[in-house]
Amino acid sequence: MTETVNDTLLDAPLKVINLGLESFAEDLARSGVEVVHLEWTPPAGGDPKLADLLSKLGP
Amino acid sequence: MERIEQANAEAVRRMLAADPVLIDVVPAGEAIPALGDKTILHAGPPIDWARMCGPMRGAVTGIACFEGWAPDLETAAARAADGAFALHPNHHFDAVGPMTGMTTRSQPVMVVENRAFGNRAYCTINEGLGKVMRFGGNDAEVLERLRWLRDDFGPALGAALRDAGGLALKPLVARGLTMGDEMHQRNVACSALTLRALAPALARSAQDREALVRALAFIGANDQFFLNIAMAMGKAMMDPVRGIEGSSVVTAMSRNGTDFGIRVSGTGDTWFTAPVEMPEGLYFPGFSAADANPDMGDSTIVETIGLGGFAMGAAPAVAGFVGAGAGSAAGDFTRTMAEIAVSENPEWSIPALDYLGVPTGIDIRLVVETGLAPTINTGIAHKEPGIGQVGAGVVRAPLACFKAALLALAETLGVS
Repeated sequence: MTETVNDTLLDAPLKVINLGLESFAEDLARSGVEVVHLEWTPPAGGDPKLADLLSKLGP
Repeated sequence: MERIEQANAEAVRRMLAADPVLIDVVPAGEAIPALGDKTILHAGPPIDWARMCGPMRGAVTGIACFEGWAPDLETAAARAADGAFALHPNHHFDAVGPMTGMTTRSQPVMVVENRAFGNRAYCTINEGLGKVMRFGGNDAEVLERLRWLRDDFGPALGAALRDAGGLALKPLVARGLTMGDEMHQRNVACSALTLRALAPALARSAQDREALVRALAFIGANDQFFLNIAMAMGKAMMDPVRGIEGSSVVTAMSRNGTDFGIRVSGTGDTWFTAPVEMPEGLYFPGFSAADANPDMGDSTIVETIGLGGFAMGAAPAVAGFVGAGAGSAAGDFTRTMAEIAVSENPEWSIPALDYLGVPTGIDIRLVVETGLAPTINTGIAHKEPGIGQVGAGVVRAPLACFKAALLALAETLGVS
């Protein structure tokens, strides 16, 4: 039987990359989970008009 | 967009090609003929008396007394409220000024010539620390120092610069970056290098030994002496970058204590403004955040050319001074600012960051996209007039300025 991603996910120790709310990463870290928090926000802070303009103007 | 990339490449080319040289000190009215009677230039984008903050009002009344346009501060304030003085931004007259940024016709201004483009920019002489007009000080001691700068020190410094054939600033700043300066809140090295370079010429131009001693002591005792030179340099470097069609590079950032304003190359001389923010920093003994005035001054021209908060990695000592965290984290500020810059300046590199060049050419597109607002190292003035500096800190440029500028730039390009 072929090993699936889900099998390894459940068997191996968790390594997490967290995007979004930093408190999720903090909770995991407190529980002893290896976690890296990636500072990321949507382009232009999620403003659709500015994001649309940026897609046309570059960079 | 290719048109913007090409325009920005030209903007950065002009920044890197600049050859700023401090050449003279002359009365502001001589350097700027349009600077007329009862005209007061101030820091930041345009503002009238009614919206001016406390220290800006304190400086306006003080400089009006200094120029003889009012017999005392109370009368000066009443006349200012009546519109007796013409108030304009320094930036509209090829000039810049720190904090309140007062420039009037009889004050001596340092002249920086950008020899690559032939333009000149001006800034008054740094008054030193403590109670000074740039922080809203306006008592007899402040005015007496301004008279000495006008009548003795300014002419002597001008003669020394002419005697020395000017002071090339690009190599001096390059050296200062390797000695721990970022040229906004730390100018220890560049001030010392300036003193070292000009001392012989000052000795030749001084009226007598006592005048020489006072001049040398004044420069030697002021760690921020070079700040005003760096500012005139920044203005001289950025003015040739104005008006490049399609360019999204910032040509000026400035604050008047009420509004923060930016100008962008592709949108000409239009100011995009938003309310200034409050610096976060450290306060001198006896003062706290409750005493602080919001962000103020034309000195952000230093960040506009990639120094100050953008060059924090060169100056770990300043990170502690402005309350920006550990010295070991100073490089993070520079690396972060590199994310919003078009390029780097290979002539102004930072040894501790493996000779990374300072971030050069703030691109409003990158600021809006990332949400990373320019980091500014700044002094903090007391919110009431007449008191002076109470601390130093870090402040961010408001994102709203950059968003408004982006919308305007898109319009010039026919993009909606």
